[in-house]
Amino acid sequence: MNAQELAEEKNPMEDFLRMDRIPHIWCPGCGIGTVVTSFAEAMKKSELDLDKVAVVSGIGCTGRVAGYVKFDSFHSTHGRAIPFATGLKLANPELKVVVFSGDGDIVGIGGNHLIHAARRNMDILVICVNNFNYAMTGGQVAATSPIGANLSTAPYGNFEYAFNLPYLVETCGATYVARWTSLHIRRVTKSIQEALAKRGFSFIEVITPCVTLYARRNRLGDGLNLLKYYYDKSEIQHGADTRTVGIDYQGKLIVGKFVDKEKPTFLDCMNAHLQKALGEKYVPYGVKP
Amino acid sequence: MTIPFGNLKPKKGDIHINKEMCKGCGFCVEYCPRDVLELSEEFNKKGYHPPRIVNEDECIYCQLCEAICPEFAIFVTLKKEEEEGEKSESRP
Amino acid sequence: MKKVKADPRGVLTGAHYLDGDFAIAEGGLAAGCRFFAGYPITPSTETAERFSERIPFVGGIFIQMEDELASITALIGASWGGQKAMTVTSGPGFSLMMENIGLAAMMETPLVIANVQRGGPSTGLPTLTGQGDMMQVKFGSHGDYEIIALSPDSPQECFDLTIKAFNLSETYRVPVFIMADECVGHMHEKVVIPPADQIELVERKWYQGPKDKYLPYKPDKDLVPFMVKTGDGYRFHTTGLTHDERGYPMINAEVQDWCVHHLVDKIKKNAPKIIEVQEDQIDHAEVVVISYGITSRVAVRAVQLARKAGIKVGTMRLITVWPFPEGRIKELAGKVKAFVVPELNLGQISREVERCSFGQAPVIGVPHCGGRVHDPEDILKAIKEAAR
Repeated sequence: MNAQELAEEKNPMEDFLRMDRIPHIWCPGCGIGTVVTSFAEAMKKSELDLDKVAVVSGIGCTGRVAGYVKFDSFHSTHGRAIPFATGLKLANPELKVVVFSGDGDIVGIGGNHLIHAARRNMDILVICVNNFNYAMTGGQVAATSPIGANLSTAPYGNFEYAFNLPYLVETCGATYVARWTSLHIRRVTKSIQEALAKRGFSFIEVITPCVTLYARRNRLGDGLNLLKYYYDKSEIQHGADTRTVGIDYQGKLIVGKFVDKEKPTFLDCMNAHLQKALGEKYVPYGVKP
Repeated sequence: MTIPFGNLKPKKGDIHINKEMCKGCGFCVEYCPRDVLELSEEFNKKGYHPPRIVNEDECIYCQLCEAICPEFAIFVTLKKEEEEGEKSESRP
Repeated sequence: MKKVKADPRGVLTGAHYLDGDFAIAEGGLAAGCRFFAGYPITPSTETAERFSERIPFVGGIFIQMEDELASITALIGASWGGQKAMTVTSGPGFSLMMENIGLAAMMETPLVIANVQRGGPSTGLPTLTGQGDMMQVKFGSHGDYEIIALSPDSPQECFDLTIKAFNLSETYRVPVFIMADECVGHMHEKVVIPPADQIELVERKWYQGPKDKYLPYKPDKDLVPFMVKTGDGYRFHTTGLTHDERGYPMINAEVQDWCVHHLVDKIKKNAPKIIEVQEDQIDHAEVVVISYGITSRVAVRAVQLARKAGIKVGTMRLITVWPFPEGRIKELAGKVKAFVVPELNLGQISREVERCSFGQAPVIGVPHCGGRVHDPEDILKAIKEAAR
């Protein structure tokens, strides 16, 4: 059978996408679509009731993900996806809440919320798509931009230190921390599955190409060139010490699953503690009878 | 006990390309392990070169193109066996 | 919307001696609020403390978030998760919440925010009263939108209006504000809490139709769209971007016109059902004193003295400050000599009165920067001036 002009067979992504909004707005060579595909595959493979999955995004290119996925989805304000997810999860603990947003949104303006949600071990999954800039607004410098990169608000090169995200999140108390690139398609899927099966604060950083801005401004080529960089320079080190996984400009990318541990979540702690303090009078929350 | 290796067949895939959704990034072409695809000379409505199949028999249904495409524009279905074969498992 | 009975676990039936802050917390619990996300700020902190003490026995969540931005956003998430949600704050925290108040209005999320006002601007007078946020509550976030704001004048009203605030927010799917102030918040008075079965509550309109036909922002006859609970399989999308009936972002002028008009008309067209004022001796009045919150109690004294002096003074106490009773003011402006508007700010609601008078009657404000309540003599002086 030869390939058809327009697929007559049903595209397997149709169950996970709002097809009336496709094609999406992301640029040619952008990695976000790949991460969404990996995420959809993880949803397919997991045993979850997909009606109970809620996706919350912030503002930015990755922030548009909420608008394309066919789950109960929320496109909130810049940096506030994590507290939104916190409220959603605490109001209905049966939900599986995924925050799907970009590095500028989660770590820049949303930094405070990131560290506190990790501290509290809120039972949510944060997928942080890291393209090293604020892409939607034109490629400005971000808290994750490596030193030396050229960005529209660092036109002579960035001189600020960048966050080492796995280190930051591990220090704050996250119980699952992984980093992959969008090229590691099946490993991203597996990480998402593992994180969804866990309880606690999970953080998956996915490094993706930003062709129109980051790559163009730094003369790094197109999506294929960036994927080649990921292929050449990424090194899988499961369980690596997150202090060592910082990223230099076009430098080594240490990827893998760095942290995977068990710790009581915010609700676990609340119920256990108040039960102990108040005895029978305490009305437990979110606990099935 | 003999393991019937002789009866195992490589899977084959039918590739479905949505030319109009493609943005010509070239990921599928580059990362297909069997060089089944190449960028065509034709333009789609948006002016991109979608991929075309040049080596259809080589497709082993690894679905890597499907997984890496950022536009959800390509997917692979398992080519049906002509005779009754073993039940194949889902992709690795 | 559905009328429901209060959950007795949250209702502290009886006569109590409470301050306004505590009464707000009790009002929330009685109204069925089971999610509170807040941040401490004087003079509102006691509400959060009270809620945190009581909620373990009622069943629900109290979470002190890392800042007010997180608090308001968590409330929006919780409301979409199906819970009644509230927070409490004061001036500086209120300013921090503004962006996401806009998000709540845009997403049409029911929630209640109490602002126990203090002297401003900026850090101002943390421990002393003021009423300087009355314009901010309506116009604080960017763009055109409508909200509802109530103004309690006593701890009893703090309790009653919190319940009313929840009912209004559920009915109209809009953020509702309780604009208290430090005086009312910290004043201790008798608060009578009725038995649970005497408290009437309203729940948001839940969609009951087929899942594939659900349109999150299609207005019903009362202009309020039906809501669903996250997790019930509707697979809806909602966004802060300008959106159409499907909840999908649409970036063009036509949808903007539809979307913004919908948000505004929802409240404006229902305003007659929402507005509540308390009038006294308005017919045949020469002067009408328009006030709200703690200032209305001080005005009572001034009005007593003025009436003793023979001036025909009527009073209008604004229980709902927003939507503003434009029609009533316009009507009265044609009949009275002047309005007197005392408030603990340099003229915010007095501007609205002026606007709605259409020049038919002068408006004599009695501004005050806050820090303490008015001296009744100052209001009396203004009434006497108005009577001339």
